[in-house]
Amino acid sequence: MDARRETEPTPMKNRATVERKSEREIVVTRTINGPARLVFEAFSKAELLKQWWLPKSFGLTLLSCEADVRAGGRYRLVFSHGASTMEFYGRYIEVTPHSRLVWTNEEGDDGGAVTTVTFEEKGGKTLLVMHDLYPSKEALDASGAQGGMSETLDQLDEFVATLGASLGRS
Amino acid sequence: MVQYTQIRLDDSFAALSDATRRGILEQLGRSDASITDLAERFDMTLTGMKKHVGVLEEAGLVTTEKVGRVRTCKLGPRRLEEETAWLERYRQLWDSRFDELEKVVEALKRKETIHGRKKRD
Repeated sequence: MDARRETEPTPMKNRATVERKSEREIVVTRTINGPARLVFEAFSKAELLKQWWLPKSFGLTLLSCEADVRAGGRYRLVFSHGASTMEFYGRYIEVTPHSRLVWTNEEGDDGGAVTTVTFEEKGGKTLLVMHDLYPSKEALDASGAQGGMSETLDQLDEFVATLGASLGRS
Repeated sequence: MVQYTQIRLDDSFAALSDATRRGILEQLGRSDASITDLAERFDMTLTGMKKHVGVLEEAGLVTTEKVGRVRTCKLGPRRLEEETAWLERYRQLWDSRFDELEKVVEALKRKETIHGRKKRD
């Protein structure tokens, strides 16, 4: 249950890369120490998802997390940011155990991105590729914070200021 | 303000749509370099490299300065900061999230080991 106990830094730290593949796409990749079935499990069970999707360092409080992870199932994350409440929600389009998840992001008013996550296991580690495809270049630009988050760049700044502070501690 | 920032980001992203140009920026992030250095590193002709640097320069991502016969390229002062800062912030955000994911996965792994489901590596 307590997944946060292990805080000692790992010797070989995995690092994410971010690439804007095209006008409508952003791709984030990262290796996770662990087999694909466990990484997939962490994505596909709400009680696990809520342990990591909004790290404390984001300065947000997760109020609820529901995820019915099957094709056609819906998810909704509600969190508070200062005095305001925000939501992420959408629908799972494809759920292929241990290898692929596709979901919609419907919280924005710009048609929303489609997120595809692939899980590729190699030597006990999993290469995660998260691909966000926006309906248009404008939608991607307008999303500001990206990744299905519809906050403004300013808010992203705030997130990351706290994030930077916490990273600096390690 | 936000819109203005986004328009500027648009220009930058257009310049960044090319893998070589992204590589050039990465390289310049480590140290300034001459066009000749860059051409060698990316295995390109001087003319080809000049074109790439020209695009980056127009987008304000790179500045160049000619000293003697050598044209030195460096990262553009402001827009690059904005650009790389944006990507870097986004990257950090995901890294932070994935660090937490890794902890969750680690806990799942331990649980499996305890329950004797550990697979042979």
